[in-house]
Amino acid sequence: MTITFRNETFRDDFTFRNSLYNIRRFPFPFDRDEYMYSVNMEPHVRGKKDSVFENLIDVDEHYVAEMQDRAIVLKEDPLRCQALPHMMTAQWDTLELLMEHQARDYPEHFTLTKNGDRWRWINRPLGIDDTFTFGDPSTLPYPPMEYITRQAQGDFCIVDQRDNNLWMDAGMVTTQADWSLDFDIGMNFMEWHGPVPLAHQIGVFDRALKFLLNLQQGKPTRRLNWTMTVNPRLDTSPENYHKWGPDRTTVTPENVGDKMHLRVELQSLWRLPRSNAILFVIRCYLISLNELVTVPKWGRRLPRVLKSLPPEIVDYKGLTRNRPIMIDWLAKYDDGAPTSAGIHPD
Amino acid sequence: MSLNTDMPVRVADVTQVTDLVKRFRFERLDGHPMPFFSGGAHVVVSMNDNGLLRRNPYSLMSNPDDNSAYEISVLRVPNSRGGSIFMHKQVKPGDQLIVSQPVNLFAPDHRGRKHILFAGGIGITPFIAMMEQFSRDNIAFELHYAIRSRAHGAYWQQLLDRYGPRRIKIYVDEEKTTIPVAEIADNQPLGTHLYVCGPAGMIDGVLMTALKAGWPKENLHSERFLAPPAGLPFQVFLEKSNIHMTVGEHQSILEAAEAHGCDAPYLCRGGACGQCETAVSSCDGTLEHNDIYLSDEEKASGKKIMICVSRFKGQQLVLQL
Amino acid sequence: MLVQGIKSRPEYKGLSIDPHAKRHLFVLEGEGAAALANQVELKGRDFLAQSEILYLAAGAAPKAYDITLTALSPDIFWQAPTLQPLLFRLRACLEQARMGTRLYIAGTEGFIGQVMQLALEFGIDFNSIHTEHRGSTARRVQCVHCKGITDNVTTSPFACTHCGLPLLVRDHYSRRLGAFQGVNIDAEEPGTAPPPEEMFP
Repeated sequence: MTITFRNETFRDDFTFRNSLYNIRRFPFPFDRDEYMYSVNMEPHVRGKKDSVFENLIDVDEHYVAEMQDRAIVLKEDPLRCQALPHMMTAQWDTLELLMEHQARDYPEHFTLTKNGDRWRWINRPLGIDDTFTFGDPSTLPYPPMEYITRQAQGDFCIVDQRDNNLWMDAGMVTTQADWSLDFDIGMNFMEWHGPVPLAHQIGVFDRALKFLLNLQQGKPTRRLNWTMTVNPRLDTSPENYHKWGPDRTTVTPENVGDKMHLRVELQSLWRLPRSNAILFVIRCYLISLNELVTVPKWGRRLPRVLKSLPPEIVDYKGLTRNRPIMIDWLAKYDDGAPTSAGIHPD
Repeated sequence: MSLNTDMPVRVADVTQVTDLVKRFRFERLDGHPMPFFSGGAHVVVSMNDNGLLRRNPYSLMSNPDDNSAYEISVLRVPNSRGGSIFMHKQVKPGDQLIVSQPVNLFAPDHRGRKHILFAGGIGITPFIAMMEQFSRDNIAFELHYAIRSRAHGAYWQQLLDRYGPRRIKIYVDEEKTTIPVAEIADNQPLGTHLYVCGPAGMIDGVLMTALKAGWPKENLHSERFLAPPAGLPFQVFLEKSNIHMTVGEHQSILEAAEAHGCDAPYLCRGGACGQCETAVSSCDGTLEHNDIYLSDEEKASGKKIMICVSRFKGQQLVLQL
Repeated sequence: MLVQGIKSRPEYKGLSIDPHAKRHLFVLEGEGAAALANQVELKGRDFLAQSEILYLAAGAAPKAYDITLTALSPDIFWQAPTLQPLLFRLRACLEQARMGTRLYIAGTEGFIGQVMQLALEFGIDFNSIHTEHRGSTARRVQCVHCKGITDNVTTSPFACTHCGLPLLVRDHYSRRLGAFQGVNIDAEEPGTAPPPEEMFP
């Protein structure tokens, strides 16, 4: 299927919108009417057609605009893309994985041709046609991870495995939910999750780490995570918090449906073959409350979830200021009827 | 839901390397390329020995950049439980086997500025793939390889020819040359990592010597595959699967469960990775922990068992499986 | 006492002479000298002949720890006037050091962080480095916005010495930067920052 890419922005005039098709495929993260941290991991296998699980590396109508936004972020702050020196093999693993998936699942848009180590990569939406030598960084205009992640939606972290721990040793992070790659690079699994409240105490990270240390080649895994953002802004980095923070004071009962966005991360984790590292893809999806309530099940469930949140999570996700406005506004979409299990629309 | 990613393969070649070592080359039946892997990785090979399922882990020794086939080397162990004997006596070119996806529990520390490898006998195999990667990436390494005799030692000549005598040092029991571990450990620059694979006594000796030379344990790495030890047969009840079974003398609990159709998770089958950790519901007897995964406290608690290598003595063992 | 329970902060478990080490390299700041003196009381003087001490007196100069340390007669004692030459000298030591060398760092958290940063560059695994916190609990903080680092921060919030934003000091520590994270406290409503509160004396 040929995707029609939207011409839109994630800053300044915020022209980002979802098409009707894209609303229906949104990965709504709540499978019940309340929320608590859990090790909610499942095999990352192909799911329903016309859902974000249809392909394992999802490309959608926002692809071109997201890549343009990433390029702007990198011009302002090149530290959003970094790799420690021992991660070069893992960078090539990442390039191979993303190119192969995009080319296989979206042949109208991407083509990969291999002739031994000599590879040709065509990216039609971005107008790229490069021939390079796999394994030789001097044949690409950027280091391999940066090269391919300027052409793939989502943030990317490459995690090294040693001493029975995982280490955040490389990444391209421009669409993050308020964490800094520049600060966290080099940290282990427990350290970079340090600021997350509650989950440590209930052992979520111990179990998740144990699980990921034995992640197998050919068996990627996934989970959903979420937060909320004022305006469809991709770059909600701590680096720029003083620039986007004031947005949080602009929400009113009149504009909340337009301004508040549910921000869902489809996180997938892949064991990389040559480096034994793990690629952590954090694919971000945005949907305004106006768009979200067009699916009745989601309109009923979201206010219930927001009401049930423990205060620590409200604070950590930056919802303190605007939660009451959202709950009030969403109330009219909750008629009290029971909701069906699972995340998909009825 | 568990996804089966095992690969049916055809034996493309069998090479007698020494009197006790054979090399096997596997190609995928479906014609697809093999997955790439990292030096130090192993696969689990499943064999159908006259209706009896045998699964043994073997280190991959082919070039990790070559995805046309995988190669392993198998030492014929005289008192083997059958896996290595089966591979040596039964497996011929053209035969079909099942090979798992590669798993690496012995990966080099990629931050290392220099890597020193100590191998004893068949323990050479993971290092052969590792050295290919070091050499490709221009990373400093040296190998110290102990063999019984030049006739019995596998691959030493090829390695010498490929990497030269400055990087490859061979020590021969028969010629009374032994690895001067203490001397080697003494003058290495900061950021050096040490790896050892071989008989248990050699691993213990090398690690102890390095610690005594003042090395921090963070820079020491070893791979021990424990073959499941034999023992008296015993009874186990798998309560989730509702299976009563007897674990035979030369069988592990994991193998017995598989023989009864219970699909338990595993990765290394050697007591190292933790994947087959199983909760113990009740235990009327004594657990014999043979793994190197559980902590001493966990072993003493009697609440968990690694079913790939550990055994039981007593009346009845009930597992949550 | 340092605040406990910060997952990203290294644990400063205290110096403990490694009996197997072939050489001991002590990098000490101010009150950190006392950490070594304690080890001598506990473990005797044998290791001193294989020891090199790099010392920065900093705020503890009036206590004349340099005299105490010299009196231990280690193989090498060297005193730095400021941090920069100390790190320069340390670099030269690490260039020549061997795997049997053990590194011990004692002093304020900012000092430990900066010495450790250099050691990591030489491929030393941080778990093998012995550290002991001595002296003030002041924090070294990186402004997440302008990336400037401010030393000896004792209050939260505090004004970034580089860009001037009022920063909340988060309990999140980067070993690579040797610093805590500072985040603008009044980003949502500029001008509403609470007054600084003495938190890390």
